[in-house]
Amino acid sequence: MMLTQQMITIGLCALGTMATRFLPFLIFSPKKPTPKYIQYLGHALPCAIFGMLVVYCLKSVSITAAPYGVPEAIGIVVTVALHLWKRQMLLSIAGGTVCYMLLVQFIF
Amino acid sequence: MQTETKSTIRRRAFSAAFPRTIPILAGFLFLGISYGLYATAAGFAFWYPILMAVAIFGGSLEFVAVEMMLGVFAPVQTFVMALMIQARHLFYGISMLEKYKGTGWKKIYLIYGMCDESFSINCSADIPEDVDKGWFMFFVTLLNQLYWVAGTAVGAVLGSLITFDLDGLEFVMTAMFVVIFLDQWLKEKKHYTGVIGLAASAVCLLIFGADSFMIPTMMCILVLLTVFRKPIEQAGGLL
Repeated sequence: MMLTQQMITIGLCALGTMATRFLPFLIFSPKKPTPKYIQYLGHALPCAIFGMLVVYCLKSVSITAAPYGVPEAIGIVVTVALHLWKRQMLLSIAGGTVCYMLLVQFIF
Repeated sequence: MQTETKSTIRRRAFSAAFPRTIPILAGFLFLGISYGLYATAAGFAFWYPILMAVAIFGGSLEFVAVEMMLGVFAPVQTFVMALMIQARHLFYGISMLEKYKGTGWKKIYLIYGMCDESFSINCSADIPEDVDKGWFMFFVTLLNQLYWVAGTAVGAVLGSLITFDLDGLEFVMTAMFVVIFLDQWLKEKKHYTGVIGLAASAVCLLIFGADSFMIPTMMCILVLLTVFRKPIEQAGGLL
């Protein structure tokens, strides 16, 4: 990607973010209730979107060629196990990442 | 109140705001440093992550932006991704319509800097009577952004100096999304929306391939959430 394209990409990310932050203040009034469908999406979207982002992170992992996604699977299992055990976000992220780094650097 | 100078008002608001942000300090420094390292390990100069930390100021999307800049230029997908990943801010805004009222010029910055963490503090804090709420929320937002930018800068500079092997560090993004997803998943009683997110992306990835599955995935998610609204709402646990 050229520098200009990179700057446009960053600009679009910033624009998209600001659209979601400023829009409610431009279109909704504190007096009128927010449409039910919008409220529903507000509760239902996040879990689905973060599920999508997990898959997005793994999009280039090949399960048909060595190492068959094994390091990623182990890394995720460690992250989930740490999180279910301690519920400390930073510990789970750090533990899973370090485990994955050790796996790809020394084993796979 | 009239004898109070502006600097007294600001100082008191700062003293009330700073302690509330201390938990965020640790988290943002850690994640910011990881982000700076991640972006520089992906081959970007140190100023890229810093620029994104200031301009975008939304952690998840900043990680994704690095990944997108490694691929082909796809402006429509980039913009739609940004909207979908950040869609939750719409609901933060709706909750803050009332609270941000009457904060003058600071309102613009409060909205611009409304990340998850600043929102949750400003939304839930019982601001003492004698503290100016505009300045309180301003300092909460500003401090959080400073932590994030500072962490990112430290990570980015370290990343461009470090010589040891950072291979595998990119997994920090996966681990972060796994943890956020898991937290959301555990809140749901029936996991419908979590399954929809995972299944729609996996199926679209198989059909459309790694380079072009995101837009179909996001469309599928919106359609499925709309079609299955009744059972999802009845299952409960969406709060």
